Amino acid sequence: MNTTDVPTVSTRLGLVDRLGRWRVRWGIGRSRYRIPPGLYRVGTPDPSSPVLVTANYKLSFDALRSELQGVDAWVLVLDTMGVNVWCAAGKGTFGTDELVRQVETTGLAEVVSHRKLVAPQLGAPGVAAHEVRRICGFKVVYGPVRARDIPAFLESGMRATDDMRRVTFSLGDRVELVGVELAWVVKWVVPIVAVMVLLAGGESILDRTRTGMLTASPILAGVLAGVVLVPIFLPWIPGRAFSLKGAILGAIVVGATLALTPGVHSVAASIQVFLLGTAVASFLAMQFTGATTFTSPSGVEWEMRRALPLQIGAAVIAGGIAVVRIFGG
Amino acid sequence: MTGFAYIRGVTTIELDPLLCNGCMMCIKVCPHPVFEALKRAVAIREPNLCIECGACALNCPEGALNVNPGVGCAAAILKGWVTRSKPDCSC
Repeated sequence: MNTTDVPTVSTRLGLVDRLGRWRVRWGIGRSRYRIPPGLYRVGTPDPSSPVLVTANYKLSFDALRSELQGVDAWVLVLDTMGVNVWCAAGKGTFGTDELVRQVETTGLAEVVSHRKLVAPQLGAPGVAAHEVRRICGFKVVYGPVRARDIPAFLESGMRATDDMRRVTFSLGDRVELVGVELAWVVKWVVPIVAVMVLLAGGESILDRTRTGMLTASPILAGVLAGVVLVPIFLPWIPGRAFSLKGAILGAIVVGATLALTPGVHSVAASIQVFLLGTAVASFLAMQFTGATTFTSPSGVEWEMRRALPLQIGAAVIAGGIAVVRIFGG
Repeated sequence: MTGFAYIRGVTTIELDPLLCNGCMMCIKVCPHPVFEALKRAVAIREPNLCIECGACALNCPEGALNVNPGVGCAAAILKGWVTRSKPDCSC
């Protein structure tokens, strides 16, 4: 097998890679951020070098290669349609069939002399190791969860420590996710605030903006509680259900906003925005379950069946108060 | 992962100890300390930490593990309810 046409990739990320990372973190063009599937080389691998398997989401590929300084390896990129390893494994696109397909189309059996594939551990929900071996003869060895542990994993003869096998959810991870969540929520919040500014009364544009922002502030506080504060303070907020954590923080933050803006809202309007803001915080906090590393679908469904009726109920009561306020008097 | 504990008593993970051959594959693929290695078999130590990703059941060559796999994501589950289909995340 002629391997001269296997592209070599650097372990250093350039400016374009860094800009791309920043861009997709804000949700711009994320699903198009892909590289062609197939075989790549890092360093100067020979037929005895390890084969590392990854997804064709460029952010995942970059995360892997940037941790491989001083490593000579083959990198087998699966076509996950631009989705990261863990999510793609859940969907099955990072899976047994695609892995076997790439082994065959790249002619890997003639490139390497051994029969081992190092797959990321988080690819395991899609890959049946014993099936891969049965179909194409390659043994799947599950590597560490994080790319940064790969050099140590390879040096120790492909042994992963308990720490390498566990997912974590550090404050740093959560802060990074807040940016991603905010980018998503801004698309909804900006038009809503714009409408409130348009509907607000006042002499000048400045006046209207001020009144609109003051009117919207408790709801914005609810959004802030659900999208920013719950992720950051997650382990320290009482309760197991995210909807409960969101309702607790939401009630505190929305209540505090109302207390800090006396005279802006009447008593009825205060009850209305308190209910709505708390419901919004609870709902948005619940949405964060999908970004975490420790929630089960059975658990999420359990809390949704209980929390959704309450969230909707609070919003309906708030809407009822608004209708009475506008048309009743 | 101390401090992170989700809803208790709801996960669907089950192990048939009669089928387990002690290959320890489930321990290798599980991202949380759900399993415990015994002498020639494994046991489920903490089912409440299971996230139902399905990796253990898929990689068990003996079919000793059973779990209803899925994503622990409210948006995906909501989408599944609305479209009456299997929950699927857009991430």
